[in-house]
Amino acid sequence: MRKTSPDVLPAEGGLGNEPLLALEDLHVEFGTRAGIVRAVNGVSYTLDSGETLAVLGESGSGKSVTAQAIMGILDMPPARIPKGEIRFRGTDLLKLSEEARTQVRGQRIAMIFQDALSALNPVFTVGWQISEMFRVHRGMSKRDGMAKAVELMDKVRIPAARQRLNDYPHQFSGGMRQRIMIAMAIALDPEVLIADEPTTALDVTVQAQIMELLAELQRESNMGMILITHDLGVVADVADKIAVMYGGRIVENALVHDIYKAPAHPYTKGLLESIPRVDLKGQELYAIKGLPPNLLDMPPGCAFHPRCPYRQDNCVTDVPPLYEISGTRNSACHYWREVLDGDNR
Amino acid sequence: MSDTPQVEPVPQETRTLTKDQVVATPPPVKRPKEARPASLWGDAWHDLRRRPMFIVSLVLIAILLVMSFWPSLFSSIDPFSARTCELATARQGPSPGHLFGRDNQGCDVYARTIYGARNSIVIGVTTTLITAIVGGLLGLMAGTRGGVVDTVTSRITEIFFAIPSILGALLITATFRDQDLGIWIVVIALSILAWPMTFRIMRAAVITARSQDFVIAARALGASQSRIMFRHLLPNALAPVIVIATINLGGFIAAEAALSFLGVGVQSPDISWGLMIADARNRFLEAPLPLVFPAVFLSITVLAFIMMGDAVRDALDPKLR
Amino acid sequence: MATTGERILEVRDLVKHFPLTQGIVMKRQIGAIKAVDGVSFDLDRGETLGIVGESGCGKSTLAKVLMALERPTSGSVMINGRDIAKAKGGELKRMRRNIQMVMQDPYTSLNPRMTVGDIVGEPYDIHTEVAPKGDRLRKVQELLEVVGLNPDHINRYPHQFSGGQRQRIGIARGLALQPEIIVCDEPVSALDVSIQAQVINLLERLQNEFNLAYIFIAHDLSVVRHISDRVAVMYLGKVVELGKDIEIYDKPAHPYTQALLSAVPVPDPEGREQRERIILQGDPPSPANPPSGCRFRTRCWKAQEICATEEPLLQIRTGTQHESACHFAETHDVVHVG
Repeated sequence: MRKTSPDVLPAEGGLGNEPLLALEDLHVEFGTRAGIVRAVNGVSYTLDSGETLAVLGESGSGKSVTAQAIMGILDMPPARIPKGEIRFRGTDLLKLSEEARTQVRGQRIAMIFQDALSALNPVFTVGWQISEMFRVHRGMSKRDGMAKAVELMDKVRIPAARQRLNDYPHQFSGGMRQRIMIAMAIALDPEVLIADEPTTALDVTVQAQIMELLAELQRESNMGMILITHDLGVVADVADKIAVMYGGRIVENALVHDIYKAPAHPYTKGLLESIPRVDLKGQELYAIKGLPPNLLDMPPGCAFHPRCPYRQDNCVTDVPPLYEISGTRNSACHYWREVLDGDNR
Repeated sequence: MSDTPQVEPVPQETRTLTKDQVVATPPPVKRPKEARPASLWGDAWHDLRRRPMFIVSLVLIAILLVMSFWPSLFSSIDPFSARTCELATARQGPSPGHLFGRDNQGCDVYARTIYGARNSIVIGVTTTLITAIVGGLLGLMAGTRGGVVDTVTSRITEIFFAIPSILGALLITATFRDQDLGIWIVVIALSILAWPMTFRIMRAAVITARSQDFVIAARALGASQSRIMFRHLLPNALAPVIVIATINLGGFIAAEAALSFLGVGVQSPDISWGLMIADARNRFLEAPLPLVFPAVFLSITVLAFIMMGDAVRDALDPKLR
Repeated sequence: MATTGERILEVRDLVKHFPLTQGIVMKRQIGAIKAVDGVSFDLDRGETLGIVGESGCGKSTLAKVLMALERPTSGSVMINGRDIAKAKGGELKRMRRNIQMVMQDPYTSLNPRMTVGDIVGEPYDIHTEVAPKGDRLRKVQELLEVVGLNPDHINRYPHQFSGGQRQRIGIARGLALQPEIIVCDEPVSALDVSIQAQVINLLERLQNEFNLAYIFIAHDLSVVRHISDRVAVMYLGKVVELGKDIEIYDKPAHPYTQALLSAVPVPDPEGREQRERIILQGDPPSPANPPSGCRFRTRCWKAQEICATEEPLLQIRTGTQHESACHFAETHDVVHVG
């Protein structure tokens, strides 16, 4: 029902055992006045239906740029994708025409953002904005679209949906706006939902509501979800697996239980140890020393080496590959064994 | 902690190199490392001296100023002397000694342009200065104080905005006609009508800056109203005012022409670029040079000031250095 | 932490209402946003009081009133026995030397057009009596060193530093006048995770070194627990629970505190399916029109008739050792972070 050019677009059910979404050695760079910024340097991960992948990283780690590349919403130029594949049900999205890409974007891969207020258009009512999805992509009439909008607003649990249909975004609270954005994102039953820091701007009690809503929607529709965040708590709560990014690379990926039990990369270990804990009250917090890397002037070798307590001479010269620790686990550290063994430095 | 410059989270916006790195290459660094603390204006001046755009605009403006006060240095012909115009040669093309031809009255276009610089530049520059200072200070005050001060001054500017500019200028010049103020009457009329624009821009910029945390931090330290105004708000609100002031400068020179055309302001036999352009308009197709030449001078003047404004604005933004 | 028991700050019945007006020329008050509505607490020398609550609970307004950036509608803020809320002119300026602040956003809290030396030295320009003119440069450089920055960088501008370094500049500015109290309004929430711990450690080290008292406002409950001696929980302009950190976190008595604690995601996936979660419905009501009686009753699962009619006072209630403002206060340990 949604296909216009079936020969190019990814097949509905997927091909054989291809994952829902697979990134293969993705590179993204930005040409700037000061030089080339390599924001993403060979990122690979996979996502299956019904699965939640958390991409964890600080600002500048490339986690959001990766997501924007998947959505195809990077401004090119200044952005360039010199290398890599983004396979959606076996089809490389980067090789599709802009037209075919538009068919995927928003309909089959949808995204929600941190700042709902700026992502919604302030001059249209929320009902109009949600129903637009159906009018544009499904050719529905205005009346049918509005009926669908009410249905969706109910689904994301906006109280008194029918009465609020003609309200403008600014008339809603932060949590409600985020719900409206989620309603728009799931309107067309996407197979992949990318959530870029969906609760960072919200209060904890509202954050809990939103995360619960997302989990419920995911269970219902079996979509794959990529959760981009810097919050180790949120990750532990909802993720099935984690990819930790640092300086444009994945430094560790693992199933969620493994990583919290015993991290295999010094950066992950440092992040986990810097969380304040009750039994360490009154003591100094563990802090990763130094600063995140300058993307214009990346350290040679392992990007984390200037801050790393496990550093040896070869870390300064050799870029560590993603060592395979087990079938579900990788670490980009030459000394992952020592880190995993919990050698404290 | 290392002091490597950081790249912003958003890769589109990368930080420029730190000052020390940029300065490090040319041999003698003027400022010893820690002896003399830098300041915004000192750093801006240090930076301006090395900007080609600033140097070029400065040279151009210097030439124009010399031209306005000592026109005889540039032209041997005195356009005010009756002997230099010959009606018989009106609209003659370029000839030796009259490189840019003659105008409708048979006067030398080159000499008139040189001598016309004074009125045009004086009107343009002083009006710009007056509007920037008056409008800027009032805008700074209204934006900083807010409340009643802001309401009253804003309402007053709205009254000025409501006056149609040409009509208003005619009214003002007519009122002061008896005082014999020469070209200053034009300056007064234009200033009265134009300051509300600068006021508005400064006020808006100050209000934006005022809500920022660093202003709150200064208040928490116990900073006085004037310190907040001049140390914190003014430097952060100056950029749009500089831009609008330099753009207005050309507008004022052109407005003077319109007034001359309507019979107020600079009148023959006095000379100004505006007057020359107005005079040459009717016969433009037969003799374009009498219009083109003053127009080119006008453009160069405006361009020089806009370039200087841009350079100053950039120099005052540490992020762009 | 060296709490000597010497009281340096006493806040009593602090109220801050922002009038809501209608009309431009003839302004008419049609209501008020009750941002802070009757808050009282004490602070001892060298102590840290954490203040937690969600946006709109009035914690930032409280900070502004403590800093005398806003005049309270009523109530008092006694610093060493003198009321800063009523101080004016020279006296207010002198009192400001005793209470300083560290702000949330390291990007907007530093004037982009001032050098770091000017920013950190500005307190000395304003309070000229604190440091003689010739001494200022040295003092500024000392301060930069204390907060872990290179003292040679006085001629740099804020944009040449990272977020964490900028926050250190803001802290150096707050320290310049050697205050006894520092109000930290979300000092780490804008920073990267790996940098937050560095700044928290710095704040703790400075507290020990200079015997500072902190009012530490944050929404991150685990950070607040780590740094605070006592914690106040705010909801819609009121303190609903106040006690030692261990009492608030392990024996919360107010339903809102319990919900807040249980809502914070625990950074440990073990047993996440079984974890008890209190998920509150809806958003906090508007502070312009708070519910009658107990302000939390509209979202509370324990609410009874009495909650709508009678406002619960902040007091020690039966079965608990610390103050809470709930008619049905009952300690209940929820699984929580930290």
